[in-house]
Amino acid sequence: MYEKFKLRAEAVGAEVHRFRTKSDAKEFILSFLKNEGVADKNKSFALWKDSAFLKDEDKKSLSERIPGLKFDITRQLAADSAAGISEMSYALADTGSLVSDQTSINERLVSTLPAIHIAIVGTSSILEDKIAVFKKLRPENSSYIAFITGPSRTADIERVLTIGVHGPKRLIIVFVDEMEG
Amino acid sequence: MEKKFKKSINDAVNNSILTGALGKFSEAYRVNRAKAYEGIDFEALRQTIADRKSYAAAHLEELAAVFKQNAEARGAKVFRAGNAQDAVDYILKVARDNNVKSVVKSKSMASEEIHLNKHLEEIGVSVRETDLGEWIIQLAGQRPSHMVMPAIHMTKEQVSDLFSKEVHERLSNDIPKLVEVARNELRTKFLEADMGISGGNIAVAETGSIVLVTNEGNARMTTMLPKIHVALVGIEKFVEKFDDIVPILTALPRSATAQLLTSYVSIITGATPNTDGTMKDLHIVLMDNHRTEMRDDPKFAQAMQCIRCGSCLNVCPIFRLVGGHVFGSTYTGGIGTILTAWFEEMKNSEDIQGLCIQCGNCKEVCPGKLDIPEMILEIRRRLVADKGQSLAQKAIFTVVNNRKMFHAMLRTASITGKPFTTGSYIRHLPFFLSDLTEGRSLPAIAATPFRDQFKKIKQPECNEKIAFYSGCLIDFAYPEMGIALVKILNKAGYEVVYPQEQTCCGAPARYNGAYEVAANNAVDNIKALLKDDVQYVVSACPTCTVALNQEFKSTFESLGQTEHIQDAERLAAKVVDFSVLAKKLIDEGKLKLRKGVNPGILTYHDSCHLKRTLKVSEQPRDILRKAGYEIKEMFECDMCCGMGGSYSIKLPEISRPILQRKLENIRNTGAPLVAMDCPGCVMQIRGGIDQSGDRISVKHTLELLAELIED
Repeated sequence: MYEKFKLRAEAVGAEVHRFRTKSDAKEFILSFLKNEGVADKNKSFALWKDSAFLKDEDKKSLSERIPGLKFDITRQLAADSAAGISEMSYALADTGSLVSDQTSINERLVSTLPAIHIAIVGTSSILEDKIAVFKKLRPENSSYIAFITGPSRTADIERVLTIGVHGPKRLIIVFVDEMEG
Repeated sequence: MEKKFKKSINDAVNNSILTGALGKFSEAYRVNRAKAYEGIDFEALRQTIADRKSYAAAHLEELAAVFKQNAEARGAKVFRAGNAQDAVDYILKVARDNNVKSVVKSKSMASEEIHLNKHLEEIGVSVRETDLGEWIIQLAGQRPSHMVMPAIHMTKEQVSDLFSKEVHERLSNDIPKLVEVARNELRTKFLEADMGISGGNIAVAETGSIVLVTNEGNARMTTMLPKIHVALVGIEKFVEKFDDIVPILTALPRSATAQLLTSYVSIITGATPNTDGTMKDLHIVLMDNHRTEMRDDPKFAQAMQCIRCGSCLNVCPIFRLVGGHVFGSTYTGGIGTILTAWFEEMKNSEDIQGLCIQCGNCKEVCPGKLDIPEMILEIRRRLVADKGQSLAQKAIFTVVNNRKMFHAMLRTASITGKPFTTGSYIRHLPFFLSDLTEGRSLPAIAATPFRDQFKKIKQPECNEKIAFYSGCLIDFAYPEMGIALVKILNKAGYEVVYPQEQTCCGAPARYNGAYEVAANNAVDNIKALLKDDVQYVVSACPTCTVALNQEFKSTFESLGQTEHIQDAERLAAKVVDFSVLAKKLIDEGKLKLRKGVNPGILTYHDSCHLKRTLKVSEQPRDILRKAGYEIKEMFECDMCCGMGGSYSIKLPEISRPILQRKLENIRNTGAPLVAMDCPGCVMQIRGGIDQSGDRISVKHTLELLAELIED
């Protein structure tokens, strides 16, 4: 299912990576942020939405390694960040989509405003399709259920596909095998 | 038709930017859509959607009440707007009460329908469309020309000019750069806005959820950043269950833009937190605006099954030529014609309903299973019933209504037409149907119609009989097709009978809304064709076949003439199209083809009624292959040739380019021969080839078959 997901997600412009351990994934994300020029200045911040992935992490030391990486999210910071990192609950193999309860405003801010969205997903959370994920969705508990499939796109000028209109220009999906589904 | 309307058509078909963009898109769409639906049982999927949506439409009151209760329990305010004014008033009140200065909007056709921007601006609210296409249209001061791709008619140069003015800087024509400009400009608006307005693609009663489907991410921004969110939702968007989202979400992106899924889908259930920790002021406006009236009309209730994907526009041979602005209202294309008739008034669709050529492409791809051509015919019928035919049409149908007068006139035409005939084409047809014919020659009216020639044919003794229904074209323009048919059926061991009292099948009258005339034609034909005891009634014109087989009954039903329905059914049971019958006779061994002949290569044109109404496309190909032909398929083999009966006479400016496109596709195969099973298509395509001077012969399958059967 991972291969199918990767194929579909890449077909719509997402970048897909897979790591065995959390530690490998974390190192990838940090070096990625560094390469993208994340720094402690306006428009170059990175915002990481707290999640299970960060449970045993010392956030302060992460910020020391990548100056500009922040964990306290505000609307203004999100607007001023180059990258946003969040965890998403499910991946759908048949369309290359990510699905999550994004009722929390911070989930939405980091995955919408910055030009890069890094989404962390447990490899075991890949489901076949919409039918499978709809069995798990609980609108009675989630006010905002989000499906994200590739980066933001438009073809409104001369039908030419152009990536990155209002939402992220890049969607980096980081699968971690060592994560509970 | 109004002069103004004719002019807008002419402007559109001569706008190469528009026709180029739409043409390219529609060609790519067909291929991409098919790919997007790979591995999906489309028929099953659309049946599910049709079932769930029609259930919802039938239980609107109940679902709206359940929706309101559920959404309000979750902190939303739900307002039910009976008409456009109610919706506008409510939204303006919310804006005033909250001292709203600026609004960002994500795409909403319902807001276009009620001209919401104008109303907001009138009370001093600044409104920004944020869907890129909508923003372009807003800056240009235009209306969307397509439901899904509002600015498809504009070039990057035009967009660059608009944006340059907006940002006071000369911009290049580079599309990614233009998109970046939009991103930056609108980002500020999103962050400043006091209110976000969205539409809703689906509304789920059992959970009170609304579903937003977008690619750009603007709906996420619109529903996230401003503290007030107003969702304006037409009540046709209801489904009962949360799981009903799945089939719609499976079809909508595939049908709209050939995507497996759009970049973003948001399912919003009640109020969500704002960025400052307060809760969203969420208003959901459920708008009726004539939708219930439409639902209550048995002929139009199915229009509630529409999921607004726009695929009917994407496959329409007319839409890709004229674009959306010709339609003059919010909703465009086939579905737009229907929605305009209901959401505005029937007479506003008077001109645009005439654009439909009845090719049936839209019906084939509609994920909501709407029979758009049928609904457009119904609009036509009602308009005629209400206002009567135009004088010219009245004159025509008075003639068609009277078989003897009609046939006498055709005979006269064959004589008066003579001096103008060159070869077998006529340049200036003194026929009542003439005001034509640039780009196409019309056939001469035959010197001796088939009905007279038939009497002289010596047929062998046969045990079984088949009645031949010739239709007007074979009778008066192509009698040789009739002769070929008799020859073939005789060889298969059938005697052909030709009831002389048969008359026009009524399709021209019906397609022009003159149902009474069509009904009279039907009564005459039923009487004539049921007189003899025959095994089959065969027709070699698919339009006639459809009339005999399906439309007689539905015409009677529409007019409430129930006394004829049984006879119509008796006739329908015997009616068969020539290609289907010939295939059967070959398979049964009754008709034998010559062996070892190699007649060469041909390409095949599928006629609209044969392919899409009668669902016949393999049989004629099979016959032709068995006869030894190699078939080289043309691009868009089943796209309409632009004939459409009297359509080519009423709207030659549209018919002509459709024909040219067809000729180009035929030409590109390199085949010296094109076969088809409809004499109307033969007339159109043969006429086009005659004018273009191509050395390609145009034949009805039966003409080819007659040459290749064993003696």
